[in-house]
Amino acid sequence: MGPDMQTANAAKTTGDRAPRTGTGGLAEAGTRLKAQVRNLNFYYGNVHALKNINLEIAEKRVTALIGPSGCGKTTYLRCFNRMHDLYVDNRYEGEIVLRPDGLNIIGKGVDPIEVRMRISMVFQKPNPFPKSIYENVAYGLRVRGVRKRSIVDEKVEQALQAAALWDEVKDRLHGLAFNLSGGQQQRLCIARALATDPEILLFDEPTSALDPIATARIEELVHELKQRVTIIIVTHNMQQAARVSDYTAFMYLGEVVEFSGTDTIFTNPSKKQTEDYITGRYG
Amino acid sequence: MEDIRSLIARRKFFDGVFAVVGLLSLLVGLITLLALILDLAVDGVPRLSWQFFTSFPSRFAEQAGILSAWVGTTLVMIVTAATAVPLGVAAGVYLEEYAAKNWMTALIEINIANLAAVPSIVYGLMALGLFVYQFNLGQSILTAGLTLALLILPMVIIATREAIRSIPGAIREASFALGATKWQTVRDHVLPYSTGGILTGVIIALSRAIGETAPLITIGALTFIAFLPHAPVTTEAPYVSFQWLMDPFTVMPIQMFNWVSRPQEAFHLNAAAAGLVLLVMTLIMNGLAIYIRFRFRKRIKW
Repeated sequence: MGPDMQTANAAKTTGDRAPRTGTGGLAEAGTRLKAQVRNLNFYYGNVHALKNINLEIAEKRVTALIGPSGCGKTTYLRCFNRMHDLYVDNRYEGEIVLRPDGLNIIGKGVDPIEVRMRISMVFQKPNPFPKSIYENVAYGLRVRGVRKRSIVDEKVEQALQAAALWDEVKDRLHGLAFNLSGGQQQRLCIARALATDPEILLFDEPTSALDPIATARIEELVHELKQRVTIIIVTHNMQQAARVSDYTAFMYLGEVVEFSGTDTIFTNPSKKQTEDYITGRYG
Repeated sequence: MEDIRSLIARRKFFDGVFAVVGLLSLLVGLITLLALILDLAVDGVPRLSWQFFTSFPSRFAEQAGILSAWVGTTLVMIVTAATAVPLGVAAGVYLEEYAAKNWMTALIEINIANLAAVPSIVYGLMALGLFVYQFNLGQSILTAGLTLALLILPMVIIATREAIRSIPGAIREASFALGATKWQTVRDHVLPYSTGGILTGVIIALSRAIGETAPLITIGALTFIAFLPHAPVTTEAPYVSFQWLMDPFTVMPIQMFNWVSRPQEAFHLNAAAAGLVLLVMTLIMNGLAIYIRFRFRKRIKW
């Protein structure tokens, strides 16, 4: 029996309960686990960027990662789709186990491509391809070898609907994506990430390059999307974390200081550091 | 108050000095170039005629033409481009997207930059030994094309790498994040978005190769040739022929060199006319490069 099998068995016993949070409070009834992070350490060469992280991600909920610049929240997020594998000298330790099948995302034999096919990402700055709107959304399907026109058409429309962009672009699907506004481009990137039906959607400060109105639309969207997909969002903006997330992890210097239901974190943090950060005393 | 003004005046004086020196330097280059082109044009233009383009070289200057030279140049360039572009682009893509970044690739990088600076006649010597004697390709269009391809290969590799590097990392990450493999990312994003830069580099490299004389003389290009290579298209099946690859040839700069080295004034005028044609060929290629760059820039802005 290999280690993967063991974790798969473990899933049966732990898969049905709600995430265990740092303060033990606010474990909502009816939530299931989507991923379990155990003893995660991450190194950029000799730099120990993430230290012994344990966290549980609830299925179809929004988990926010907050903390001051350089605390490792983006580094942590990028572990989930093995983005660090694109660059040399990066090393993971520990495990991130995906439920229900028990795949260890950062396991030695696991192909990063398989991980990325299941977990999509939306980046900090909108980064559409210099192609048409349609081709941007369809690219994930093209990568998977989906050729049939009718299927691609349907998926593209669904994704654009889900990203609340369809009405604005349905008449110019074959126009260049660069001609959209910043907020529209970011929603296009969300549609692109959704088109392949990911299990987890990662957001890396998705609104930091957008104006307040575009930001509000993205936040609204995140709120709607959690009906269908598990979301992890990194944000600089504490109000944003409070508005959109169900769970919040506060990170500092590569460690998770506190992880709890968002309400608890913002109203009744158990650690002094967390309180100082959310009340704006540093960071 | 007065102190400040005089200080400003003194400093501004040097401003003016540099403006004048800079302008003069620019004019030296510009005027020399213009004079050169004008001189060439005055001598050469009267010789330009349909006859000049459709005649073989001749003992009589008035009947001589550049038919075999421009056909030769065109065919050699086709072989050069067909060889250097796939090899150079593939090597550039490999170095940028696939190769691990370590001391080996650093060494290769330095050597490629050095290769681009090797005098062309050295390539000629190498080609003489390798293609002519070792591979027995003869003093043919194929040998010439391959020689010039080797000559511009480093330039194509460097241009490819520069073009690829100008693609933001975020675009690559977007592709990988959707589950694309390296090859899918290269085929669907890296190559299409860098085509403009690569083509520009290729054309600039070819326009350097078009004027090369030394390496072709080294491998034994003919200076007087009164027949055309075999036609690439034939009337019988299979309708395409590659016989022309093995034919002897001459190219524009060699034809010019041949005419200039003759004592008669009339031949010198022929050389000027041929030079003008070569210049126009190069200008057209550079114009094409600028146009392509403009076209692609318009579509893709990072």
